[in-house]
Amino acid sequence: MVATDDSARSLLRFITCGSVDDGKSTLLGRLLFDAGMLPDDQVEALRRDSRRQHPDGDVLDFSLLTDGLDAERQQGITIDVAYRYFHSARRNFIVADCPGHEQYTRNMATGASHADVAVVLVDARKGLLPQTRRHTYICALLGIHKIILAVNKMDLVDYAKEVYEPIKEAYINLAKELGIAAVHALPVAALTGDNVGAPSKDMPWYEGPTLLDLLETIHVEPSQAVDFRMPVQWVNRPDQSFRGYAGTICGGRVKVGASIVVQPGAHRAHIARIVTADGDLPEAHAGQAVTLTLDREVDVSRGDVIADAGRPAPEADQFAVHLLWMGDEPLLPNRGYWLKIGAKTVNARVTSIKHKIDVNTQAQLAAHRLQLNEVGYCNIDLDHPIAFEAYADNHALGGFILIDRQNHATVACGVLDFDLHRATNVHWQHLDVDKEVRARSKGQHPKCLWFTGLSGAGKSTVANLLERRLSRLGYHTYLLDGDNLRHGLNRDLGFTAEARVENVRRVAEVAHLMVDAGLIVLVCVISPFHSERDFARNLFVEGEFAEVYVDTPLEECERRDPKGLYRKARAGEISNFTGIDSPYEAPVSPEVHLHPGESSLETMVEELVSHVFPHADR
Amino acid sequence: MNQFSGNLDQLEAESIHIFREVAASFQRPVMLYSIGKDSSVLLHLLRKAFYPARPPMPLLHVDTTWKFREMIAFRDQVAAEGDVQVIVHINEDGVRKGISPLVHGATVHTDVMKTVALKQALDKYGFDAAIGGARRDEEKSRAKERVFSFRNAQHRWDPKRQRPELWNLYNTHIHKGESVRAFPLSNWTEMDVWHYIRREQIPVVPLYFAKTRPIVLRDGALIMVDDDRFVLREDEKIEQRTVRFRTLGCYPLTGAVESTASTIDEIIAEMAASRTSERQGRVIDHDPSASMERKKQEGYF
Repeated sequence: MVATDDSARSLLRFITCGSVDDGKSTLLGRLLFDAGMLPDDQVEALRRDSRRQHPDGDVLDFSLLTDGLDAERQQGITIDVAYRYFHSARRNFIVADCPGHEQYTRNMATGASHADVAVVLVDARKGLLPQTRRHTYICALLGIHKIILAVNKMDLVDYAKEVYEPIKEAYINLAKELGIAAVHALPVAALTGDNVGAPSKDMPWYEGPTLLDLLETIHVEPSQAVDFRMPVQWVNRPDQSFRGYAGTICGGRVKVGASIVVQPGAHRAHIARIVTADGDLPEAHAGQAVTLTLDREVDVSRGDVIADAGRPAPEADQFAVHLLWMGDEPLLPNRGYWLKIGAKTVNARVTSIKHKIDVNTQAQLAAHRLQLNEVGYCNIDLDHPIAFEAYADNHALGGFILIDRQNHATVACGVLDFDLHRATNVHWQHLDVDKEVRARSKGQHPKCLWFTGLSGAGKSTVANLLERRLSRLGYHTYLLDGDNLRHGLNRDLGFTAEARVENVRRVAEVAHLMVDAGLIVLVCVISPFHSERDFARNLFVEGEFAEVYVDTPLEECERRDPKGLYRKARAGEISNFTGIDSPYEAPVSPEVHLHPGESSLETMVEELVSHVFPHADR
Repeated sequence: MNQFSGNLDQLEAESIHIFREVAASFQRPVMLYSIGKDSSVLLHLLRKAFYPARPPMPLLHVDTTWKFREMIAFRDQVAAEGDVQVIVHINEDGVRKGISPLVHGATVHTDVMKTVALKQALDKYGFDAAIGGARRDEEKSRAKERVFSFRNAQHRWDPKRQRPELWNLYNTHIHKGESVRAFPLSNWTEMDVWHYIRREQIPVVPLYFAKTRPIVLRDGALIMVDDDRFVLREDEKIEQRTVRFRTLGCYPLTGAVESTASTIDEIIAEMAASRTSERQGRVIDHDPSASMERKKQEGYF
């Protein structure tokens, strides 16, 4: 192997924190220039641009280099993380550069998730600002334990040590308060390059390394995680003779012959081979992408975690988490989302927001919802237990994203703090008489018919007539009416979006119990949102649930106004009224689509009976 | 013995992770194969990621009919190895209209024979994920591109619908008709690519190595006359020059650099001393009406 092979160089990922005013772009540009990473044609372009911006001076304005995102900013498009690459003799660097003000928290968290080290910039003239605290808090939240504090613009304070020292002291205290012990501080002047790539002549009192030196030598532990863990990404099965589990090891190391357990669960086996395209390995460790084979047939699928049998990962389905909300729509407690962690995706909902956290002061504030860029401390509930680690111990098994089930956007990132109670402690009580037995004794197939539509659309009227009809035919039914339930089960809920989500969730769970009891349940609730109706649908097995869209136009509902509610809503006496100042998301493909304006009640009931109960069943 | 502390080992493992995530999460993935050095590295990683199984996705080459002849020969050699299926797609409509970079210019040619052709192929085969070899260090607007880049049903890149990417957790959920482009080499630099080619002894098209070739100086670029479709303008003459290519594309649109580097070691040494950026030789990037940003929104890589 040739000595200059850069595979021998290590890789450092870092993030720069600071706003345009702090000279972040200038510092980054200067760093690239000093490391000799700017090609001639780029320097030439920069010289031209600099001359245009500063006609009187012969300076290189490095801030112009990184402003490729300016055009975007003018177009009002989301600005986010840009990645830059450079190397020195000793190391390769990947810098996550996060410009932008409004989206700063989200972008910085994204950048920080890819970084080992953060460079925090402070303007020497201003000292620590609320944003310094915010940057440091986000670093701490995302688990960055090493920070380089660059006190910039020293040239504007006469390179005075008396200015630098108190800023350094104050910052070290701030970092300690937020749980970050390792701070390397240095004074720099990005514009002139002092202490960036070369030592400063004007600050002889500073004898430490330059920024580039620091970045080249700062020690980063490969991973905190010592216990062997590998999430299975892909099952490799080219033919009957080979069955391997491909994935990237995210903790510890593993040897051939090691005893492992497949999680969640308790299936044990030994490692037979560690396969790579370059030949089998006797041993592999965190960071390597390998394919493991086992000494016996065990059921392993994508998303499972292969772990050290002696020190398995904990398993749970309820957690306390820190959540950073990234979606345009707010987080609503009890709405269902997909949660992706490792290679596993499960259904999740936030059961409560304990508090939100002001990112500038870390003050804890009461909250019913989380908006874009807000951080909250929440309880989260999964529909399946997962193998996990606290984020502080293992980023790959403790960091997750939430995905909107409708539009598929990534709406949040989060870190697991601890499990609320181990899933293994909560068992389903096994009961001998089950749904099938109960249904058989009633001689019917239990079902849930979910009537959705605007207030006054005629949901209850149709359902009421249908129930009379079914009852006469000898079926066992129950009608759950949204309005009636609000007098009892849901009397504590109002009409905000959050309350509507919870309202529908409770109704859906009750309907589910009644179907389990063998009944045919007719549910009448406005249920204005897709995601709650989908939540309800997902509680039932295939064919058990039918969405009935009672499609009466708003004008008609308003004209009827049987309870006088539209009049009050228009008068501003009640708020959050569906169709007036709160949205109704119409079903996309309901099982039954009724148009009360066009057909008679009897026709609609007939349609329901025939659609939902095929002839053989009647 | 592999110590796995180095840059290349990390980059390789991360790329393999991305390949596996695509294979596990999409119905019908494809790897876009453009025959260049980045594609050679991609193909190598594709094979590694799924070893000992054969790669679970085909390669797609969008042939503009103006590629260097040596590229096509190289592609056919790869196809002959037989472990991966190579699909070649040509925009026949463009061929019928006689679209040519020499007549219609770089922008129209690239749009019709590359961008439109790619969309045709993706629609024809119903691919829902296309792996490409783009790197973030290539160009300013690519510096912020995602590893999994979301495209709507019209294959357009909508900046507002790109998803934040944290850790190595990729959101692979799409609706029917939508697709993603995935870029396993996002974090590689041009230098990493060459070091990796050297370390892994990956074959590349000989055009990357210096040789005496028939060259015409046109609009400041050294264009190689690869076949008789190239018509000389007045005052132009063919000269024999020792050149090589840093990137490969359609021959009338790809400028050579004067160089004597004829081995990988010499290329790496030349690059270490080099002071110009990689895409400088591409004619299309200099066309002011066709910024990379706009091409990307329209579905170009």
